[in-house]
Amino acid sequence: MTTRYSSLALLREGFRGHRGWRPAWAKATPQPAYDAVIIGGGGHGLATAYYLAKNHGIRRVAVLEKGWIGGGNTGRNTTAVRSNYFYPESVALYDLALRLYEGLSRELNFNVMLSQRGMLIAAHTPAQMEICARIANAMMLNGVDGELMGPKEAIARLPLLNQTADARYLCLGGIWQGRAGIARHDAVAWGYARAASALGVDIIENCAVTDLRIENGSVKGVATSLGEIRTERLAVAAAGATPGLVAGAGVHLPIHTYALQAFVSEPVKPCLDTVLLYLGTGTYVSQSDKGELVFGGGLDRVPTHGQKGNLPAQEKVVAGLLEMFPAFAQLKLLRQWAGVVDVVPDSSPVIGPAPGVEGLYLNCGWGTGGFKAIPAGGWLLAHLLATGQHHEISRPFDLDRFIKGRLIDEAAGAGISH
Amino acid sequence: MQIFPCPFCGPREEHEFLFAAEAGKVRPEPAAKVSDEEWAAYLYHNDAPKGIAREIWYHQTCGTYFLMTRDTVTRDVKDSRFLSEAST
Repeated sequence: MTTRYSSLALLREGFRGHRGWRPAWAKATPQPAYDAVIIGGGGHGLATAYYLAKNHGIRRVAVLEKGWIGGGNTGRNTTAVRSNYFYPESVALYDLALRLYEGLSRELNFNVMLSQRGMLIAAHTPAQMEICARIANAMMLNGVDGELMGPKEAIARLPLLNQTADARYLCLGGIWQGRAGIARHDAVAWGYARAASALGVDIIENCAVTDLRIENGSVKGVATSLGEIRTERLAVAAAGATPGLVAGAGVHLPIHTYALQAFVSEPVKPCLDTVLLYLGTGTYVSQSDKGELVFGGGLDRVPTHGQKGNLPAQEKVVAGLLEMFPAFAQLKLLRQWAGVVDVVPDSSPVIGPAPGVEGLYLNCGWGTGGFKAIPAGGWLLAHLLATGQHHEISRPFDLDRFIKGRLIDEAAGAGISH
Repeated sequence: MQIFPCPFCGPREEHEFLFAAEAGKVRPEPAAKVSDEEWAAYLYHNDAPKGIAREIWYHQTCGTYFLMTRDTVTRDVKDSRFLSEAST
């Protein structure tokens, strides 16, 4: 059993030379059968397991991860959390996630280091300001804390922003969401893993699923690198690996896979205390608690399953950062990496049953925006697994929207970059 | 910077190119008899293969659409040819 983390436990262990800490979650080996199996040990898969056990009392659950937990896109993003979307369906989804994030450290007894430092989507042309006003108004109508911010306040929040006379992008203001911020990405995966493990969930790493076992149109189990596992309820939360996993079951998805890169500079003293997305450059940046600048931009435009980025996208992102903050040109890049993101035509996720296969459920298509949605993705997928029915918030994100034409086009709505 | 081979221009830098679609899709006909499911499948379904992929690419500078066969993990280009030379 894991120790409950508290200042008292820390003090006690301090006196005992820290010899009493136990592993945060148990390394499990697969049982022959489970009530539910989740493929993918990233944030979404681990959150699904936690909420299955916590909200629905289903504890004979396995999470199968081909590598190590949180080693895919959960460990490769830029850690921003926010709900500044356009359509009511999206705001309901992403704000559920943000509300859950707000209570997550206490809920999981694990510090996910949520820092609601606010996010500015900055505009530099009158036309962009009009779009910002439209989105801010939509956010207010949808009941979240969006507001249109003027240039004076925006520039005051960004002391190093290039506002000299020859700057290419003079800031006119933008959309401000004060509840947005960043969270420690690894801690989100670890916190959910620890809490799920404490409720009896088996977390099985280095276990690659090789085939789905389907008989007469119903899920019967999975074949894995560690043997056969029987289950009648199967969820796939595997981002870019999803199409390959479900293709054998005759399930086709509207997904293209691209690399999305992120970058970290060497650590410096505090110089940026908000999350910033600049519409003029498409680059977004925040400063981590360690002082590193964490930044990224648009997708690489070459479909790929390789977790590495290409040079044109790197050049564009870094150029965008330096256009905004010329002073950052002195910094060295510490790390650069890429994740494989599963991009859908309307830039909204796919949550719902897989058509034609009883007992198979999908959570994918988050594209570049999966980290911020982890608590909601887990909450909703657990609801589907437990009840076989959609939660009202996940219903609009069913795959059937592509047949009905009811797309939730956030690429057009909120202007996100893919 | 990756170099892609345009069948008309020869080797050129990757930012001149746009990915258009996965190859091999056939538009369902006649329109009056095509169901919503068939049409959605034609519009949206992708294989997103891990490994060898046959794709239609667009070379923006010369306006040529062409068939490129690539490895989506290693990024190696296996073949590049005009659509008129493609089997399907």
